[in-house]
Amino acid sequence: MASVNRKVLPGLALSLGYTVFYLSLLVLVPIAACFLKASSLSAEELWGAVWTDRARAAYLLTFGAAFVAAVANAVLGLLLAWVLVRYAFPGKRIVDSLIDLPLALPTAVAGLVYSALYVKKGWLGQYLVPLGIQGAYSRLGIVLVLIFVGLPFVVRTVQPILEDLDPESEEASASLGATRWQTFRSVILPTLRPALITGFALAFARGVGEYGSVVFISGNMPYKTEIAPILIVARLEEFAYGEATAIAVVLLLISFAMLILINRLERWSLRHEQ
Amino acid sequence: MSNDIAASRIRRAQQDPAWVRWGLTAFALGVVGLLVVVPVVNVFVQAFAEGFSGYWRNLTGDPDTRHSILLTLTVAPIALAANIVFGVAAAWAVARFDFPGRSLLIALIDLPFAVSPVVAGLMFVLIFGLQGYLGPFLRADGYSAMPYLVSFVAAALVAVLFLLFRPTKKHSWPFALAGGALVFAVAFFLQQHFEVWPRHESLKILFATPGLILATAFVTFPFVARELIPIMEAVGPDEELAAVSLGASGWQMFWHVTVPNIKWGLVYGIILCNARAMGEFGAVYVVSGHIAGETDTMPLRIEKLFQEYNLPGSFAVASLLTLLAIFTLIAKAKLERQAPSLARSRAPKMEPPNL
Repeated sequence: MASVNRKVLPGLALSLGYTVFYLSLLVLVPIAACFLKASSLSAEELWGAVWTDRARAAYLLTFGAAFVAAVANAVLGLLLAWVLVRYAFPGKRIVDSLIDLPLALPTAVAGLVYSALYVKKGWLGQYLVPLGIQGAYSRLGIVLVLIFVGLPFVVRTVQPILEDLDPESEEASASLGATRWQTFRSVILPTLRPALITGFALAFARGVGEYGSVVFISGNMPYKTEIAPILIVARLEEFAYGEATAIAVVLLLISFAMLILINRLERWSLRHEQ
Repeated sequence: MSNDIAASRIRRAQQDPAWVRWGLTAFALGVVGLLVVVPVVNVFVQAFAEGFSGYWRNLTGDPDTRHSILLTLTVAPIALAANIVFGVAAAWAVARFDFPGRSLLIALIDLPFAVSPVVAGLMFVLIFGLQGYLGPFLRADGYSAMPYLVSFVAAALVAVLFLLFRPTKKHSWPFALAGGALVFAVAFFLQQHFEVWPRHESLKILFATPGLILATAFVTFPFVARELIPIMEAVGPDEELAAVSLGASGWQMFWHVTVPNIKWGLVYGIILCNARAMGEFGAVYVVSGHIAGETDTMPLRIEKLFQEYNLPGSFAVASLLTLLAIFTLIAKAKLERQAPSLARSRAPKMEPPNL
């Protein structure tokens, strides 16, 4: 199909040319600049910037918090998708729309309001802080905003699969004497697994890069609540461009590696189903 | 009759016990309430903590806040316009043609989803910052690049318009190139002759509006393209092929066949892209330099007011962005009812690229 179009339909040169031009200007040149800058550092400088105690603590927190939040999102997302697809209740359409709010709400607003909710005088903090649960200016706060930010991903990947699920397989399972829980575990869950993994991975990737909401709620204390993007900004504000770039390159490489890994994982689980 | 029995048996097999149903529904509503509804309500309660007059004063009384609203209304539409043109061009190329490097191009379009916005901002600092690759030149004599830039844009525009309308039936490309070169020369000469641009003055890109636009455009460029590619692929090329074989020019085919087919997807992508552009924080934070009343967009203004312990002011600005988010959700839901295929395509649109 495609090779026929090229001869008949107009505009390949124009549209492709413009696309490549725009992408090079906006993406390729900046990324090249980033790697060029990093390669201008000596090996010791690079290592000294990338592998300090403070940087290690930041990586650990960035990926740890994103992981915990993505796990929570996988569980909550599956539950929300299940309830939205299977049950009827008043206001369902509104709840369904509200799931997308984290995609539309600026992250700065999310961070601002979450920190205000969980401080000692906040709506939720007034009950939680006396119990010893510090939702604001803590690692828990970071996980909380990352759960908010990643909420739509699992729901939106699982929902369409659940809608298309063949009801007869569930009936077969029930007629063979399986309990509802057994049916869910060995019939429904395996079908949803690829979508769950995809949603988990998207939420995780979003959490690793998140900055706007975390900066409000974390308090940004080095070694304690400082994530890697905040460390990059801190280095930039000290005009230590080389060190900032080195950390940025680490983050970039891990993100790329993660994308490839996610992709393999997805293909593997798809193959496994068939 | 037997069908009814089978159907009801299937329904029963899919039916969870009542306590599970009620328990899960209540829990789900609790999660959405706690994570989404309570924060949104809290934004407005805090914004109106000092009453309506206080709210209005917080929004309009502070010149820096006023400027931040204006700046966001400047930066977001420009980045959006650039990304709309890019999105349509990229979708046309990717959905209608096969060419070497196509899957790499698709992966590149998804890249901003994987790159932390802070890293995106940093890249532009490395290029345009004082210690950056172009920094010294921009500072010493940045405006000397403007005649080339403006002439190039004018020449490219003329060439593209020529190719779209094709006033000559044959040899469009040589004519377009020659026309572009001519326009470039004329525009360049005119600018030099009338000394439009100041000499030996620094051109500010970083810590100024152009940098904000670049960073916003980087973070938001996938949205329109990612929305259009699956829709264009689903529609297929048949109608366009028919139009062309009936003698329509490329421009006529585009406006009368392609645009009507993708218009809801386009509106959908624009709405999502706009919400993200107006709310972008990380990338803009790095390139703005935080000059109050000059380079603070609304999200940055929220942060600054928060740091100054001016919570009512901060929440007043936040309430505007929350309204934007609510409007975005309503428009999105309306569009999905208008074109149900949009709701279908929403799931895979943020799929990680195929590597």
